[in-house]
Amino acid sequence: MLSSEAIDAISKAFSVFFMGRNFIRLVLGLLVTIQIAAISVLLSLFFGTLFGMLMTVKNRFIKAICKIYLEFMRIMPQLVLLFMAYYGLTRTFGISLSGEAASVLVFTMWGTAEMGDLVRGALQSVPAHQYDSGKAIGLSDKQIFHYIILPQTLRRLVPLSMNLVTRMIKTTSLVVFVGVIEVVKIGQQIIEGNRLTVPTCSIAVYAVIFFMYFFVCWIFSLMASIIEKRQKEA
Amino acid sequence: MRKSTMVKLLAAFIALTAVFNVSAAPKAGRTVEQIKKSKTVRIAVFSDKKPFGYVDENGVYQGYDVYFAERIAKDLGVKVKYVPVEPAARVEVLETNKVDIVLANFTKTPERAEKVDFALPYMKVALGVVSPDKALITKPEQLNGKTLIIAKGTTAETFFTENYPQVKLLKFDLYADTYKALLDGRGDAFSTDNTEVLAWAIENPGFTVGIDSLGSLDTINPAVKKGNTDLLNWLNAEIEALGKENFFHADYEATLRAVYGKESDADALVVEGGKL
Repeated sequence: MLSSEAIDAISKAFSVFFMGRNFIRLVLGLLVTIQIAAISVLLSLFFGTLFGMLMTVKNRFIKAICKIYLEFMRIMPQLVLLFMAYYGLTRTFGISLSGEAASVLVFTMWGTAEMGDLVRGALQSVPAHQYDSGKAIGLSDKQIFHYIILPQTLRRLVPLSMNLVTRMIKTTSLVVFVGVIEVVKIGQQIIEGNRLTVPTCSIAVYAVIFFMYFFVCWIFSLMASIIEKRQKEA
Repeated sequence: MRKSTMVKLLAAFIALTAVFNVSAAPKAGRTVEQIKKSKTVRIAVFSDKKPFGYVDENGVYQGYDVYFAERIAKDLGVKVKYVPVEPAARVEVLETNKVDIVLANFTKTPERAEKVDFALPYMKVALGVVSPDKALITKPEQLNGKTLIIAKGTTAETFFTENYPQVKLLKFDLYADTYKALLDGRGDAFSTDNTEVLAWAIENPGFTVGIDSLGSLDTINPAVKKGNTDLLNWLNAEIEALGKENFFHADYEATLRAVYGKESDADALVVEGGKL
């Protein structure tokens, strides 16, 4: 059992959420996080699928370009990409993006590259005999893709892309470095604001942020398992 | 004053853009006239450095720097748009014209002065040393052979390494750890910016700041983009004019007094009219 002192200490730590609008501020910060992540994820899924299909094209030149883009996006730390979009574009071309726009741009470009590679992998993992069987029963290329390849690809893609989506959501905590105030930054503001009076509140704030991230990512996991179940039934 | 990996990353990135930097003809930044015309002045402040620049529980910007920023906006006759910055980005936001003025506890150093233009100072900082009342340290010489707690990358680290090599240093990455170490008695004293130790000692009975001004005196100044003389001159005139009404003492009373205590001496931190 917890001693009453421990309970006191815990309730003191959590008391910061009842000061002013602190809790609402944290929720609003989470909405900023979700907003940036959601726009980037949707764009990434769309462009990533196209990019993945492009990567399976047998033209050497296109393949090389895709490879360079993918490796560049994968190797560059997202923080450096953010700096390049926010400060670099202004320095070099005089284009000044807002912190939010720079974030969406970077996460979309990164997500497109990673998603593209997942799509490529899923497409190529469909064995050649599937194509051959399709041809044997007289389906056109379009029909083969639509009825045979696409359903199998999607099934393979769902768990992989959910991984990417949750990673993107968590990586949005970097946007604070280009001046966007999201949930982690607001958490830090609350901690710093009470540093001298409630020094223990950091554990409470980070606990709440943990559950916020967990909840958002968990929804995606749930969706993934629902989609997978449906596919099995279908 | 803390250098972190962030600074290194940013430096690496700046070097990278310098390579690709073909034609970045740096615009001089907005003039006072342009700011007035746009009806908004963009000022970079900290959002989590209480009591200098922070956001309170109602989501409103507060602090010593913010109090000054409000006055600047009022005297320019415009609204103020606060842009939250991280320490490592303070030079960058000016160079890329994301803000007009930086008011973020920005210590003037020769390196920084090459990249941005500093106006007259409005605050000063030095090192402070806090120690337990039982064995109060009042002179740096007393520390010889004893253990001093410091945070890595701060000016305290360089100062003691260079000037008092006989002091044993116990280094930590995080501020929070340094305080814990002092409370646990793992060192005889702790040194960092005097503003920081003064505020901490108030909240922690049994500890006193025995040395409140050590090392070279640094000043905190507003900064504008390099070459923006128009805004720089306006700011300097503004700081001189504010000195006549003892504005920064009023600022101290409104924002810092509660943190540093009734007995604290405003003149230990405040610079009035830009004169040290």
